[in-house]
Amino acid sequence: MIREPRFTDDLSDLPTHKFGPSSLTWWGIIGFMLIEGAAFALAFAAYFFLMGHEQGWPPEGRQAPNVLAGTLFTLLILLSEIPNTIVKEAARKADVPTVRAVMPMIVAIGAVLLIIRVFEFNSLNVRWTDDAYGSIIWALLVLHTTHILTDWIDTIVLWLLMRTRLAYEGRRLVDVDENALYWRYVWLTWIPVYLMIYWVPRL
Amino acid sequence: MSDAIRRSDLLEGWRRRAGANEAERRAHEEEERRLAELRKKIARDGPKLKGAKLEARLMRSWERPRGIVGWLATVDHKEIGRRYIVTALVFLALGGLLAVLMRLQLSRPDNNLIGAARFNELFTMHGTTMMFLFAVPVMEGVAVYIIPLMLGTRSTAFPRLNAFSYFMYLFGGLLLWGAFALNIAPDVGWFAYTPLSGPQFSPGKRSDIWAQMVTFTEVSALSAAVVLVTTILKCRAPGMTLARMPLFAWAMLVVGVMIIFSMPSVALASSMLISDRLVGTHFFNQWEHGDALLWQHLFWFFGHPEVYIIFLPATGFVSVICETFCRRPVFGYPVVVLALVSTGILAFGLWVHHMFATGLPRVGYSFYTAASMTVAIPTGLQIFCWLATMWDGRPRFQVPMLYVVGFIVTFVIGGLTGVIIASVPLDLQLHDTYFIVAHFHYVLIGGAVFPLLGILTYWFPKITGRMMSEGLGKITFWMIFLGFQLAFFPMHIAGLSGMPRRVYTYPAGLGLELPNLLSSIGGLVVATAVLLFVINGVVSLYRGAVAPDNPWDAASLEWAARSPPPPYNFAHIPVVASRTPLWDEKGELPVVTGLRVDDKEMLTTTVVAATPEMREPLPAASLWPLIAALATAVLFISSIFSPWAVAVGAVPVAIALIAWFWPKEIKREPEPVIT
Repeated sequence: MIREPRFTDDLSDLPTHKFGPSSLTWWGIIGFMLIEGAAFALAFAAYFFLMGHEQGWPPEGRQAPNVLAGTLFTLLILLSEIPNTIVKEAARKADVPTVRAVMPMIVAIGAVLLIIRVFEFNSLNVRWTDDAYGSIIWALLVLHTTHILTDWIDTIVLWLLMRTRLAYEGRRLVDVDENALYWRYVWLTWIPVYLMIYWVPRL
Repeated sequence: MSDAIRRSDLLEGWRRRAGANEAERRAHEEEERRLAELRKKIARDGPKLKGAKLEARLMRSWERPRGIVGWLATVDHKEIGRRYIVTALVFLALGGLLAVLMRLQLSRPDNNLIGAARFNELFTMHGTTMMFLFAVPVMEGVAVYIIPLMLGTRSTAFPRLNAFSYFMYLFGGLLLWGAFALNIAPDVGWFAYTPLSGPQFSPGKRSDIWAQMVTFTEVSALSAAVVLVTTILKCRAPGMTLARMPLFAWAMLVVGVMIIFSMPSVALASSMLISDRLVGTHFFNQWEHGDALLWQHLFWFFGHPEVYIIFLPATGFVSVICETFCRRPVFGYPVVVLALVSTGILAFGLWVHHMFATGLPRVGYSFYTAASMTVAIPTGLQIFCWLATMWDGRPRFQVPMLYVVGFIVTFVIGGLTGVIIASVPLDLQLHDTYFIVAHFHYVLIGGAVFPLLGILTYWFPKITGRMMSEGLGKITFWMIFLGFQLAFFPMHIAGLSGMPRRVYTYPAGLGLELPNLLSSIGGLVVATAVLLFVINGVVSLYRGAVAPDNPWDAASLEWAARSPPPPYNFAHIPVVASRTPLWDEKGELPVVTGLRVDDKEMLTTTVVAATPEMREPLPAASLWPLIAALATAVLFISSIFSPWAVAVGAVPVAIALIAWFWPKEIKREPEPVIT
C-alpha cells in the first residue's frame, strides 16, 4: 500500500462460509452448468438441423429406440431428487448424521442408473456408424452419460469426505449443498435428451 | 416432502447406524467453542498491525515456496498472468514469422520460394496461432494479471483453476507447434472446413492435431472465463458497485460470459470432427445423411463471437488509456457499458454472415445483413464516447495514447469495410478475396493489437516496476502504424482486382504485382517494429527508469498497490466511493480491516452493491493443477490415435482432480498476535 490507510470498517466478524450465491464455488458451478448447458443446447440444435434434412425421423428403414430402459432411467433419476433434497437441506442445517446416512443411497442410485444406461445404449436400434441419425443419438446419450459418471464419482468422493471429521467443516457442507445442486442440473438436462432420443422419433 | 421422510423410523435407524456419533459431534462443538475464544486473539490487519510489520507478516503467509517446485506450483494470479502474456507474445512472434514467410512468397508473381502444400500449412498455422494461441490468451492473461488489482482484491477466485487454465493453454500450443516441427502441421485453414478436414479428404493426423489443439485452448479459455466472471462479480472492493466498476472490468465480464456461451460450440464441433475421423460417425458426411454445413454453423457460432472476445477487451484498454491520458473519466460511462453488453449479445446473431456464399434462405440473408450492420451502432457509440473524452479532456500524447489514436483511425476503416461487406451482393463478389483479408486484419490488428501494445506499455511499470523507453516507443508506434497501412491497405486493391485468399502464388500481368510488393514491404516494416517493441521491453526490464508509484497519475486501484505488487497485492483492502477512486480520495486511502494475516484470506462482496459478505480462505500453492493438466494432455493427445485412450486416460485425470480438490483442514489454531 503506497498511500497511508484511513481505517473505516473492521470485518473480522464476517463468516468464512455461506450457502447459495454468496459462495464463490456456487458461481463456479453455475458457470460450468452454463458451459455444459451451451454444449447441450448446441447438440440439440445439431440434432434438429440433421432432422430437418430427412423425410422421416428416424430415417426410413430405422426403428425408433425401445423406450423401456430409458423410461426406467427417467423414473429413477426423477425419484433420486428425494434423497438429493434431503441431503441438500441437511447440509444447510449442518445435520451431518443425515448427510452421512443418505449419501450412500444417492451413490447406490447413481450406480443403478449407470447400469440401466448400458441397457439404454443397447436399445437404441442403431449404431453410431450407421448414419448421421445414429451419430447424433449416440452423441446425446454419451454427452449425458459423462455427466452422470462425473457427478457419481464426485458424490462418492464427497461421501468419503463426509465420513471423516472434516464433515463438520462449514465449507464442506457447502460442497455437499452444491453437489446436490449440480445433480438437479444433471436430471433436468436429461428430460429434453430423453424426449429427443425416445419420443421425437415417435411423433 | 423431505420432512415427512426424515421423521420416518426407517431413516432414524439409518442415521443411528451410519455414524451418528453423538460423542464425536459434541467433541467437535467443544473444540469449536475453545477455538472461537482463541480466535478472538487472532492476528488481523488493523490500526494495531499495519505498515512494515504487517507486510512482513503477510509476506510469510502469501509467499509461495521457493525453487522450481514453487515456481510450477504457484497460484499467484500475477505470476500466472505474466506467463500468459509472455507465452502469448512468443506465439505472436511465431505467427508473425509465418506471416513474413508468406509475404516473401507473395512478394512477386510466380514465386517458388515456398510450395503449395507448405503454404497451406503456413496460413493454417498463422491463423490458428493468432486466433487460438495469441489473441484470446493474451487478453485473458492481461485480465488475470490486472483485474484483481483493479478491483482492489488479493487474488482471483479459484486460483488453482487459473493455474490449470494456463497449463492447458501451454500444452495446446506445444501440441500445435510440436506437430509443425515434426512436419505434421494441420493444413486445412484455421477454420478446418469439412469435408476437406474430414476423413475422406484429410487422411493422416494433421486435422486431428488441429482439432485437439482447439480442445486444449477451449478448456483453458473456459476455465479462465469462469475465474474472471466470478472474480469480477464477487471479489470487488467494498463500495465498488457495478456502476462504479472500471470499464475494463465491464469489458472482461461481457467477454467472460461470451466465452461461456460460444466456446462450447467449437469444442462440440471439434469433438464431432474427431469422432468422424476416429470412430466413424457421420456428422459431417453428406453420403451418410450428415451435412458439411453443420460444421460451418457450429464453427461460426463460436467464430463470430470470438472476434468480439478479442475486440471487447481491447475496447476496455482504450477506455483505461483514454481516461488516464485525457485526465477525465470516460465520457458517457453508461453508454459505453450498454454498448459493451449489446455488442456481446448481437455478436451471437451474426455468425451466418460468414456463410453468405453457401446459399441461404432469402430471409436469412436479410436477417443476418441487418444484424451485421446493427452491431456497428454500439461500436460507433463507443468510439464517439472516446472522441468526446479526448475533446473534453486534455490529452497527453504519450505512447499508450498514440496507440489509441492509431486504433481509432485503423479500426474505423476496418469497421467501414465490415459494414459494406455485410451486404450480400457485395459479399458474394468479395468472399474469399484479399479484400476480406484486409478487412479482418484492420479490425483485428487495428482493433485489438494496437490497444494491446498501448496497454502493455501502460501497465509495464505496474508489472515490472520500470518504465519503457518513451522515445523508442514512439518510433515503434509510427513504424507499426504506417507499416501496417502499407501492408494491408493494398490488399483491398488486390482483393478488388480478384486475388483470392489462400493461394500460394499468382500469375504476372493481372495488376497484382504492385499491391503485393507493397504489402510485403509493409509486412517487413511491421515485423521490424514488433522486434523493436520486444527490444524496448527487454532493455527496459533491466535498464528502464524506475517507475514512481503512479507514473501516469491514473485513477484506478491497481495503482494503489506497489509496483510490482507483492503476492498479497494490498496490505489492507481499499474501500471505493466513486469510479475514479485515486483521483477523488486525496491523501489517505480509506480501507477495511480484519482479514487474517496468518493465513491466505480475501474478501468477497455482494454482486451489485459490493457490500462485504465473507472472508474467503484461499488455497496454497499446489502441483495438482499442473499434474491434472498433464494427465488431461496425455488423454487428449493419445485420443488422436485411439478411442480407448479416453477411457484409460480418464483414470489419471480423475485421480489428479480428486487430489486437487481434497481439502486440507482449515488452519484451526490461530497464531497469537505479537505486539
